[in-house]
Amino acid sequence: MASVTTPNGFELDDSGQRVVVDPICRIEGHLRIEVNLDENNVIRNAVSTGNMWRGLEIILKGRDPRDAWAFTERICGVCTGVHALQSVRAVEDALGIEIPTNANHIRNLMMLCQYVHDHIVHFYHLHALDWVDVVSALSADAKATSELQQAISPWPKSSPGYFRDVQNRLKRFVESGQLGPFANAYWGSPAYKLPPEANLMATTHYLEALDFQKEVVKIHTIFGGRNPHPNWVVGGMPCSVNVDEAGAVGTVNMAWLNIVSDIIDQSITFCDQVYIPDLKAIASFYKDWGYGGGLSGKNVMSYGEFPAYANNHTNDSLMLPNGAILNGDLGTVYDVDVRDPEQVQEFVAHSWYTYPDEAVGLHPWDGITEPNFEPGPNFKGTRTAIEEHDESGKYSWLKAPRWRGNAMEVGPLARYLVAYARGREDVQEPVNALLSDLGLPVEALFSTLGRTAARGLESSWAAHKMREVFDEMMANLKRGDVATANMEKFDPATWETDVKGVGYGEAPRGALGHWIHIRDTKIESYQCVVPSTWNASPRDPAGNIGAYEAALLNTPMVNPEQPLEILRTIHSFDPCLACASHVMSHDGKELAVVKVR
Amino acid sequence: MTETVLSHADGDPGAYETLVLGIGNVLWADEGFGVRAVEALNARYTFPDDVRLMDGGTQGIFLLPWVCSAQRLLIFDAVDFGMEPATLRMVQGDDVPCFMGAKKVSMHQAGFQEVLSSATLSGSLPEELVLVGVQPELLNDYGGSLTAGVKARIGEAVELACEVLRGWDIDVRERDKPLEGAERIGPGALDIRDYEEGRPRLDGEAR
Repeated sequence: MASVTTPNGFELDDSGQRVVVDPICRIEGHLRIEVNLDENNVIRNAVSTGNMWRGLEIILKGRDPRDAWAFTERICGVCTGVHALQSVRAVEDALGIEIPTNANHIRNLMMLCQYVHDHIVHFYHLHALDWVDVVSALSADAKATSELQQAISPWPKSSPGYFRDVQNRLKRFVESGQLGPFANAYWGSPAYKLPPEANLMATTHYLEALDFQKEVVKIHTIFGGRNPHPNWVVGGMPCSVNVDEAGAVGTVNMAWLNIVSDIIDQSITFCDQVYIPDLKAIASFYKDWGYGGGLSGKNVMSYGEFPAYANNHTNDSLMLPNGAILNGDLGTVYDVDVRDPEQVQEFVAHSWYTYPDEAVGLHPWDGITEPNFEPGPNFKGTRTAIEEHDESGKYSWLKAPRWRGNAMEVGPLARYLVAYARGREDVQEPVNALLSDLGLPVEALFSTLGRTAARGLESSWAAHKMREVFDEMMANLKRGDVATANMEKFDPATWETDVKGVGYGEAPRGALGHWIHIRDTKIESYQCVVPSTWNASPRDPAGNIGAYEAALLNTPMVNPEQPLEILRTIHSFDPCLACASHVMSHDGKELAVVKVR
Repeated sequence: MTETVLSHADGDPGAYETLVLGIGNVLWADEGFGVRAVEALNARYTFPDDVRLMDGGTQGIFLLPWVCSAQRLLIFDAVDFGMEPATLRMVQGDDVPCFMGAKKVSMHQAGFQEVLSSATLSGSLPEELVLVGVQPELLNDYGGSLTAGVKARIGEAVELACEVLRGWDIDVRERDKPLEGAERIGPGALDIRDYEEGRPRLDGEAR
């Protein structure tokens, strides 16, 4: 290849040194990143590979559509609820089932809660350590940390004594050798820019967030059957709710609802007094690190989420709107129709699958999942231990989803850009305020930090929306409407013989759709197109690169053996879990073992 | 931060002394051992109210609140001990976190090791920790169930767990009638028999 310009406007040059990071994280399978660096250690080519195959249709074909949610809940440990929701929506869509108002409110609460939980855990426990140096926190002055805290937030946990206690606890933990979540990072790297006091403040909030996330997830527990895997049902929600002081065992009654209300208040306070001030404080030291924009300044997409009115998924109802932006033109937002065979399509020219004609894409209702593991002709290593992929051929177990042929970025930044461009004031105001506080132009959003900032703002937005939705639900319950499920068409005898449906919306990490085909009351086919497939997508037949590959380009690395910059940008898309990772040089020799989080 | 206590008149699902947690992914063959073992324990025995049996799946950090609420934690899981396939092994105390991460079988262990270290960091790691693990034989069979060898060890794993629980002065009793729907700990659709019988047979398509 040497040097080419992709149709979507990125320059790629694969002539320099190759660095392999594998696995970065198992997001619906492992993720592997390979990059080529130029002589100045700037990334000039990036290759994103999904290392694990996962075809849901081979598990679901022939099963009862009403059970699909329970299987989809198991495909990813972090995204359980979001898959279950799209699954029941897909079946409801296929069968023409309308859900009751309360079910819509409860689903919205569950998803808003998931946003708050995921975003907080992502920021503090997965991503913050890409920006915050925990070891530096040990040398911070507690009094100066207290002054910093009090200057940026009314959050009451701010005394010098408090920070000294936390610092001592941290020291004991580090000295005990049980580094645990802090193991294998690049402490002391010059890529870290915060002063010790900011590091101590952020690390303290890491610990507070650990306690807080245990609280917020209780909303899931209360509505989901008091189990780590919430219960769902086609037609509504399986829990019964009333505003009585007591009730049958298992009923969500007033005592439980009061707990939910308290947790919502705590969520608002935590987001507004801890998360957002931290975000601003950290960002203010990294204003010069404007890398990682990639596709975000060009093509972004959101399916929209949180219908204010049950069964209405138009933009009149959606609290976060549906839309697509092309070529960075915020003046034009296109409607996204997930049913239109010309819009969402998956390509496999660079994926380990076979289509009859790989020059064309297939809509998920017509999707084919036929594995074909065949590395590109110039790969290095062996078929079972690939040292270097050949991206001119097939190189990923992920298909390449496209919207009208365009690679799209999805996720919080995409949602916020679509909402901003759609003129939503509840999004525009906090975005403008943040930019103005930091003294940054709108273009600064198109970056790794922009993605991280959008997630933080969205977390606060979701916490406040929980309050609105909860109050509306309470009003509806008090009016005497306690229905939570519509079981009229639950019996398969009432179903038509051949129907198709789609469940779609926005998971915390982006656009998620489940497309189902039901024949003779059984699942005929089932295809999921998940956020990570959009973002971690391999190339398509035209050569367009996906969001991960685009976002890594042109980023300078301080030290290629410590791929902190790659992690920062990939983490800003919200990979699921921490996992051990190996960095290898182009000859396959292991250079360093890193903890990727 | 004020801790919300899930506790009130109509029963208190948040309060328990002992948590028996099966972890793993039922969709990946022997990776489902932990979940299948806790299901089998539940199918055979009953326990006092302060013992909670739970299918933890691959929930990682989401399990932290449940783990932190427990005084005693017994975990079922598929673990790479470097032993013969289908070998059972019990590990206790400080050794448990080591085995949950040393040689990772799957993503959920990275997540669960982090749960244990986070619980330590927030000072709420259960006082007692026991892991009943099996050496898996096969993981890479998406949609498949336990291999015959691993499945055959479930009974022993259940009995081992009962010994541990009795050692904690817990009154473990055999069920006098078969498990009913409401007593299940996971959704019926994932019941091992339905899961195995319902597996699609796709002619000519690879798994």
